[in-house]
Amino acid sequence: MKTNELIAALAADPAPRPVHMERRFGFALMIGLAGSLALYALFVRPRPDIAAAVGTARFDLKFLDAASLTLPSLLLLLRLERPEAKPGALALFLFAPLALLAAAVAVELVVTPSSEWVTRLVGHNMRYCMTMIPMLAAPILLALIAAMRDGAPQHPGWTGALAGAAAAGIAALLYATHCPDDSPLFVAAWYPLAALICAGAGALLGRRFLAW
Amino acid sequence: MIAMPPKGSPDDPWSEMMKAGMAGDERTYRRLLEDISRFVRAMARSAFNRARMGDAEVEDAVQETLLAIHLKRHTWDMGQKLGPWVSAIARHKIIDAMRRRGGRRIEPIEAFQDFIAAPAEEDPHALSDAKKLLITLPPRQRDIVQSISLDGQSIAATAARLSMTEVAVRVALHRALKALAAAWRRSIS
Repeated sequence: MKTNELIAALAADPAPRPVHMERRFGFALMIGLAGSLALYALFVRPRPDIAAAVGTARFDLKFLDAASLTLPSLLLLLRLERPEAKPGALALFLFAPLALLAAAVAVELVVTPSSEWVTRLVGHNMRYCMTMIPMLAAPILLALIAAMRDGAPQHPGWTGALAGAAAAGIAALLYATHCPDDSPLFVAAWYPLAALICAGAGALLGRRFLAW
Repeated sequence: MIAMPPKGSPDDPWSEMMKAGMAGDERTYRRLLEDISRFVRAMARSAFNRARMGDAEVEDAVQETLLAIHLKRHTWDMGQKLGPWVSAIARHKIIDAMRRRGGRRIEPIEAFQDFIAAPAEEDPHALSDAKKLLITLPPRQRDIVQSISLDGQSIAATAARLSMTEVAVRVALHRALKALAAAWRRSIS
């Protein structure tokens, strides 16, 4: 087939309805979030002493950490689904949650006796944390990947990984209301690991479904 | 730096042409695709030459780019210029074509100042992968693509010949184009 023959076929194909990618992205986020909330209501639920925990520094820090991952990764994701996009300075904000965690860990090591460190690090239910965060992230990740299928990211694998990280951030926001472990030692050890699992799943999905 | 399309007119003709095409102006859309094919051909030829890979796959890269632009055009943000969007898609597809050739050193494709000056006509002897991929389509779809592209028939004439409705022909054509793009993608991995 010669190129001008292909062009003839393309021109004969009727014009599609334009899609507003940002709107589609927002819609997918809502659908995914609804799925996660349903799973949360069924399997997770807030911890019994949540009223007492709100306002304590360690508890609140978990949400700050999760939000500092969620926000830049969502914004970056929205940008990268276009082929001509460059990550730019926004990508640097992905280091924000790590910097925040590192600072919190440093403070925690200073203010708690070293005999407490291992207990706080291991916590009560790290295995629960490692399964619940990916589970809560799954509906969001799937919805985001589906919304981006028509996009044209330069690096489908990396873009998928970023979608996984964004989904993990939102899942961590939800899960933090359940998790009884508030020490930054616990959070720094297990939450990033759970986020990595999500990012890995996102990378696989991205390579499979976002390639074009 | 993203390579920019030739700056002939100050008011960004490609974006206007694409908008017209999206509004159903078939002839303008066709002219736009012809313009873009010349631009991508020059870009691909320059990239292949720099990598010392020969011209064999240039036309494949051109056709893949056109197909991707066609199948993604509904996601183009009309508030942005079309040129950078087209360049980015072309660069992606040219790199794909080079990978398929097993090129070991793929230099970043950017900062072309002179590729517009490169010959922009299709090499009539170039054999295209598209022909091989066309064979993988279901017979009815292949028939429709060939009727419209190779034989230059209209949708209406094709529909009459195959005793199908025009809508069914359009749907089959669109499916065939998507299948073609998917087959190309598979041939990379």
